[in-house]
Amino acid sequence: MKIKKILIIGSSALKIGEAGEFDYSGSQAIKAFKEEGIYTILINPNIATNQTSDHLADKVYLLPINTNYVEKVIAKEKPDGIVLGFGGQTALNCGLDLHRKGILKKYKVEVLGTQIDAIENTEDRQLFCNKLDEIKVKYPKSKAVNTVEDAIAFAEEIKFPVIIRIAYALGGLGSGVCRNKNEVKKLATKALNYSSQILVEEYLEGWKEIEYEVVRDKYDNCITVCNMENIDPMGIHTGESIVVAPSQTLSNEEFHLLREVAIKTIRHLGIVGECNIQYALSPNEKDYRVIEVNARLSRSSALASKATGYPLAFVAAKLALGYGLHELPNSVTRTTKAFFEPALDYIVVKVPRWDLKKFRLVKRKLGSSMKSVGEVMAIGRKFEEAIQKAMRMLDIGVEGLTASRTKVEFDELKEALENPTEERMFAIVQALKQGYSIEWIHSLTHINKWFLYKIQNIVELEKKLESSKYISHELLLEAKQHGFSDRQIANVFNKDAHDIYMLRKKYNIKPYIQHIDTLAAEYPAKTNYLYLSYNSSKHDFDFKLKNSIVIIGSGPYRIGSSVEFDWCCVNTSKTLRNCGIKSVMINCNPETVSTDYDESDALFFEELTTETIWEIYTAIKAKGVIVSMGGQTPNNLALKLHKVGIKILGTSPESIDKAEDRSKFSSMLDELEIGQPEWQSLTTLQDALQFANKVGYPVLVRPSYVLSGAAMAIATDDLELTKFLQKAVDVSSDHPVVISKFLVNAKELEFDAVAQNGKIICSAISEHVENAGVHSGDATLVLPAQRTYLETIRQIKEFSAQIAKSLNINGPFNIQYLAKDNNVKVIECNLRASRSFPFVSKTLKKNFIEVATKIIIGQKVQPINDITFNLDYVGVKAPEFSFTRLEGADPTTGVEMASTGEVACLGEDFNEAFLKALQSVGYKFPVKSILISSGTIESKSELLEPMKQLLKIGIKFYATQGTAKFMNANGIPTEMVDWPSQNSNSNAVELIKNKVVDLVINIPKNFQEEELTNDYLIRRAAVDFKIPLITNRQLAMRLAEALLTKDPLNLEIKSWNEY
Amino acid sequence: MIKNKQSAHPTVKLILKDGHIFEGKLFGAKRSVAGEVVFNTGMVGYPETLTDPSYKGQILVFTYPLIGNYGVPQLEETDDIFQNWESEKIQVQALIVSEYSEKYSHWNSIFSFDNWLKKFDVPGIYGIDTRELTKILREHGTMLGKIVVGNDKVEYYNPDVDNLISKVTPQKVEEYKNGKKRILLIDCGCKFNIIRKLLDKNVSVLRVPYDYDIEKENFDGVVLSNGPGNPVVYKQLIESVKKIIKKQVPTLGICMGHQILSLAAGGKTYKLKYGHRSQNQPVKTVDSNKCYITSQNHSFAVETKSLPRGWQPWFENLNDYSNEGMRHERLPFLSVQFHPEATPGPIDTDFIFDEFINKV
Repeated sequence: MKIKKILIIGSSALKIGEAGEFDYSGSQAIKAFKEEGIYTILINPNIATNQTSDHLADKVYLLPINTNYVEKVIAKEKPDGIVLGFGGQTALNCGLDLHRKGILKKYKVEVLGTQIDAIENTEDRQLFCNKLDEIKVKYPKSKAVNTVEDAIAFAEEIKFPVIIRIAYALGGLGSGVCRNKNEVKKLATKALNYSSQILVEEYLEGWKEIEYEVVRDKYDNCITVCNMENIDPMGIHTGESIVVAPSQTLSNEEFHLLREVAIKTIRHLGIVGECNIQYALSPNEKDYRVIEVNARLSRSSALASKATGYPLAFVAAKLALGYGLHELPNSVTRTTKAFFEPALDYIVVKVPRWDLKKFRLVKRKLGSSMKSVGEVMAIGRKFEEAIQKAMRMLDIGVEGLTASRTKVEFDELKEALENPTEERMFAIVQALKQGYSIEWIHSLTHINKWFLYKIQNIVELEKKLESSKYISHELLLEAKQHGFSDRQIANVFNKDAHDIYMLRKKYNIKPYIQHIDTLAAEYPAKTNYLYLSYNSSKHDFDFKLKNSIVIIGSGPYRIGSSVEFDWCCVNTSKTLRNCGIKSVMINCNPETVSTDYDESDALFFEELTTETIWEIYTAIKAKGVIVSMGGQTPNNLALKLHKVGIKILGTSPESIDKAEDRSKFSSMLDELEIGQPEWQSLTTLQDALQFANKVGYPVLVRPSYVLSGAAMAIATDDLELTKFLQKAVDVSSDHPVVISKFLVNAKELEFDAVAQNGKIICSAISEHVENAGVHSGDATLVLPAQRTYLETIRQIKEFSAQIAKSLNINGPFNIQYLAKDNNVKVIECNLRASRSFPFVSKTLKKNFIEVATKIIIGQKVQPINDITFNLDYVGVKAPEFSFTRLEGADPTTGVEMASTGEVACLGEDFNEAFLKALQSVGYKFPVKSILISSGTIESKSELLEPMKQLLKIGIKFYATQGTAKFMNANGIPTEMVDWPSQNSNSNAVELIKNKVVDLVINIPKNFQEEELTNDYLIRRAAVDFKIPLITNRQLAMRLAEALLTKDPLNLEIKSWNEY
Repeated sequence: MIKNKQSAHPTVKLILKDGHIFEGKLFGAKRSVAGEVVFNTGMVGYPETLTDPSYKGQILVFTYPLIGNYGVPQLEETDDIFQNWESEKIQVQALIVSEYSEKYSHWNSIFSFDNWLKKFDVPGIYGIDTRELTKILREHGTMLGKIVVGNDKVEYYNPDVDNLISKVTPQKVEEYKNGKKRILLIDCGCKFNIIRKLLDKNVSVLRVPYDYDIEKENFDGVVLSNGPGNPVVYKQLIESVKKIIKKQVPTLGICMGHQILSLAAGGKTYKLKYGHRSQNQPVKTVDSNKCYITSQNHSFAVETKSLPRGWQPWFENLNDYSNEGMRHERLPFLSVQFHPEATPGPIDTDFIFDEFINKV
């Protein structure tokens, strides 16, 4: 039967272990299906993604990905096929559930590509091991157990250390290494809470970790597109590892042994499409183990696609339709076929990006579960060149592996090497600088010596630079070839980066543009997938990009900058091309759609630094650069790029600076007579205390230099302020701290808009559900604003118009407002697209980025009428937190952003959209019982009425002491439970563990608790045992209201375009 | 120190026949050489590649920029057959890389790359933009070239007119006993792994020089091995193969062996613009949808159209549709342009040996 209608399941919100790579794979799949004339239906509530754009799938459902909602969509749309491999583990798990519940059979939906039984054989460890036994493929000695006792018994049988894993886990969730009986007991107990079955297996310490990306078609043709080697050996999750492609330390025999096993295994499992196989390879003899097979597109496959130029997701989608690999073209060369294995003539280095310092109390040690939130990929013709690029791409303040102004140093070097954290690479550099031997470092890290030798080359070269009085042509070239930036070299010689640039000019040393062509120059490439290298002698490129426009991408995903900016960049490129202008993308994040080479006329997979952007800009003779679409990273570059002579398109760099510089912006607001919270920049503790007392507590503290812990904090009295300023930050004249008055119980609103010559063309006002104090990235947003006074809205519009005019804005911008009693104040203003641009664009069905791009290139645009008053539906955006993966982290919201992703759903009113959004980020309904600790007395009384209402719909309450007394006294029958510190069987944690409650409401008493309090233990237990948790009072109240009016399991099934 | 280092790696020139000059630094043996410059896009397996006798007379460019990372293992002899290398020495005239690893890391290696080249007196150049060089070879076709150290006078050397096989064929007959069936291996510069693969199939192998008088031997099947150079040069060998065809002895040709068998059958060969030298050559069976990734190393190819009646094309290259193999419709003759024995490269086509042995 020829497939006419396909349902694609997305991966929902970005979370640790499941990020932008699935936007890439889903988008590619949709393109591949559409090319065949197939009608595509996508379910994905992640509104910030490219795949939920109006030009891709024929129908988009912004609905929760669970069997309840997916079944309803199937019933409505009647697709004849479904694909499960393009939406990560979320889609795969959902597909398995649909199958098990008989839904696919009931509606006669055919699973395309890899079949259910093959998926089950890869997901269930025991079945998987059985399959491997059938073909005599080795895997770690292991046993699936269902009890803690069995786990201990088997661990003792195979000898310690052992590793504990769970089937069906994203990114190794809940896995870990145990070196003794006690550790097994602890971890097995926890893991068995996620899954009824856990796996105990031999721990292959120091073995190399290798991956192959495998593709197979229905004719049984099977190839391995790319192999990758983890620099960090076994024991550190591959998502946490620095990875190179292709493998560097494998012999032909090893490479092809693993390749053969890969093909044999994938054939035996019967996978059709793409999959990933992970190995442990002995560093001491010819021996291997298969670790796992992911029968779907993965983070690694996205990386492999970008590393090789082979579009794995696109090809996998075609294979699912029944094509053979030899029937599909190689989209890079266009003359050869997709049945081939790319030959690289460069090396790729992937480095994860962590944001662990954003979380209070989190454990920073890296291990077998994933904690990183993003990654970068660097390309070079030397390892040294690539890894130094990668370190800069991370945007963590370092200027390379070494010779940075920002120093990452360790007092306990041995400890830092032995127990890896996100900063271990710098510990290796420090050890080499201090003269420790490669042997010693290897013995502590197990990192293959070849990598250590290469890092040593960088350290040696820095020493050579340090000992040279004069920078010769040869030395400068050598440094550039080893990945040193002008800035790094300048640091060594105590010069300015510009001095080094001028010297390079004199010596005529520059990087050359190189092609990624999949065949190592054997055949000419037709696409413009490019990188720069100093290990080349000529541009490998024909210059047809004159007068093109360069878009600076967002760099690695991190907390606060994620797929939403990728959507902005992709839409900018699309608009430019529609306007007949050549677009050039610069980005370094392999998890993005913007780094698909067909999304722009040229793609530079490169650093987002002034030096690199300048080299590209001048080499291609671009017309100008757009810095307002990729979030804060390009925005921060605006003034620097402008200073070196790059034409910044859109709002002027001076205006950007005026909005970014707190003093300048503040003066402007004063001139305009627009209110702002009182603030001051202070350099001594004394002054800080004085100012805080003047304006009155609470105050918001923003240090410019952070020693440890979160960067921002709220202080409620002298003691807290003193403690924070003494412990966490360095306050001095070099590092002033900004203190501002914090408004309690104020409403926060987002103003997203586009202006031309200072006149607003289109705009949207979204309100936060949570009161001020929750970072805007963690807030629940509502559009149109539902509970904001008209007068407040009027003031916001007026202030925004004044600011736009004053800064002569030409392009996108965002202003955050505080409102209390119709008194509106400006918190901050960004002259760039904001996080909420995809949300407002898609909710209002008006592409703000398209409008902004047209303005940036100078097209005259007519103002667009505000349509929000006529909108007969509501959009609600909700954050996704990844606290389950961040062991120990306190799962509360505060002034520092903690969420890793977001969803947004539409509904006929707030309640409907809100309940859909909550379910999309993992809230489970129905709720029949709630454990509540309602915080301060003010909070307790506020929550009383909503809880009374919930009582009416039959909800049972459990509460800790104070709350229980209060509720009982006020007519809500509540069962009192002990605090976790009371080691009883009926304490709050036990209640959560035993799943007696369906929801935990725990409202912290103050803004940030530093200690491991009882409340922390309750919150952490909720996260660890997967019970939905609410820590914000407004959110709790709105949920109570919503539950009274709607049945969360029976909300309206409408696609985006039906609104 | 620095001065010593510089003299250890003097700057030398690679001069191509068309006038292109590349400057790089010398490692390995310190001497000038000439040959035909060809490129290989394999990313792994440099010990196997460099010891492949088919590279005789050639200066090899590795397009993968990092070579020597895992050092070089010892040539080991187990069960009378050598392991780890494909012949007893490095066969290329010289090699050209972007970067080689001074230090290596692998449990099975004992030589650094540099020392290994020195041991066999083979020069190498590093610091060359190998991608640029490859593009020149791709556009102009393979070219003669020379590596010139200092003011050495070096003449160009064209291996195509030379009898290269005579330089790599064994001097004496050797027999590997491993079964009742006896396979005659005509060694034109055979990679060791062809012998290893045959022995894996439990047959005995009689390995003879390419110009050996095979009339006096008894055998159940013939393998014509790979080897260097232009097939038409080897007229005597082609004549011997004609006799084998006449006797209808089951025969497998590999690479040069494929070309020789085609010529003996009445087909024609031609020189490719820049040859196939890589581990990722896709081939498809002509009469089905089955495809394989193969390891290849050849300059010359068989003209599909020239195959006489009864000889059918078996595989074709998916990139340029050149001939990759043939078999006879009735008689037990089969041959492939690629290397089913791999090393280096993928082992997808190991079944070719089974197909052959089944006919013996």
